Amino acid sequence: MNLSLFKGERIYFDAFNPDKDAEIEAQWTHDTEYLRLLDIDPARPLSTHQVKKKYEEMEKDAIAHKPHFYFALRTVADDRLVGFATVRWIDWSHGCGWLQMGIGRPEDRGQGYGTEALRLALRYAFHELNLYRLSMYTSEYNPAAIHFLQRAGFTIEVRRRQLLQRDGRRYDALVMGILREEWQRREA
Amino acid sequence: MNTSLLQGELVRLTAGDPDKDAEKMAHWWRDTEFSRLLDSDPARPFTLAEIKDELKLDKPKENAFDFMIRALAGDRLLGFVGLWVDWKNGNAWVGIGIGEREYWGRGYGTEAMKLALRYAFSELNLHRVTLGVFEYNTRAQRSYEKAGFKVEGRIRGELHRDGRRWDGVYMGILREEWAEM
Repeated sequence: MNLSLFKGERIYFDAFNPDKDAEIEAQWTHDTEYLRLLDIDPARPLSTHQVKKKYEEMEKDAIAHKPHFYFALRTVADDRLVGFATVRWIDWSHGCGWLQMGIGRPEDRGQGYGTEALRLALRYAFHELNLYRLSMYTSEYNPAAIHFLQRAGFTIEVRRRQLLQRDGRRYDALVMGILREEWQRREA
Repeated sequence: MNTSLLQGELVRLTAGDPDKDAEKMAHWWRDTEFSRLLDSDPARPFTLAEIKDELKLDKPKENAFDFMIRALAGDRLLGFVGLWVDWKNGNAWVGIGIGEREYWGRGYGTEAMKLALRYAFSELNLHRVTLGVFEYNTRAQRSYEKAGFKVEGRIRGELHRDGRRWDGVYMGILREEWAEM
């Protein structure tokens, strides 16, 4: 029995602290590379106030037992906020959920934080939430994310042709997925 | 220029009427075959008030286009079809249900879907339309193929029903594919 679900080697899962974290996440949203790799919504910067409001909404949802699990990623060494991971849109009757993750500052990417966060998120999804499968959206223009997920055991399951329009051209939107049994086989 | 955009040979698409249509829709949702073919949420009956709430919109939303499907013969209410639009990317999700069982498998749904596609491409000017269908709903898959959709992938084991796992099948059609039909 693994009782320390939130602790990695270099990062750990924590709750968000609206007073301290909102300003940092607001800075991330001023980096359009971060936003465009993260999501298909139009990139737009958020104020500290807006991010704080978002955290407050999430707190309300958590209290109301809405199926949305949102974690702050902090470094073990100095408790610094480097990103987030969330398991959301959970369909309990079918055991399905969606994962989204981001590492905020460019200099924190490629440091292995994401790999560790993904490992914690998968364990949480499969061994704490007991999901059957986990899905993730990504896009044709983000090959780094596709390789990252494939290395972790995800498969490309759906390719929505030309769904995304950015910088005057069309890109496919992808759904990638991993089943609990696939994850367990890799962990064994 | 086609001015009767919402009318086909068997059906037409209309607005919903909370007072006239709700009772019939509540009746459809008591049929679990209907709800399990259409929806992944646990099947449950809806009250008349819940259905009316869905139909009562003071002002249409700018990204949702919901229609009732009526047979041209007798103006009978058969089902509904809706488009949910992502304007930025020019994509819509479409969902369709035919509640009246005697109209299943007779081309009414396929024609309603074709009308929804014509609306999506020639009125909304979208680039593509997306839908999801369950592995066990083969009748719907055939209908969507007839309307021009292609399978774009399968979310493995997305549904857990009657003791086994079924895939979610996802289909799409591009504007250029629709124009060639």
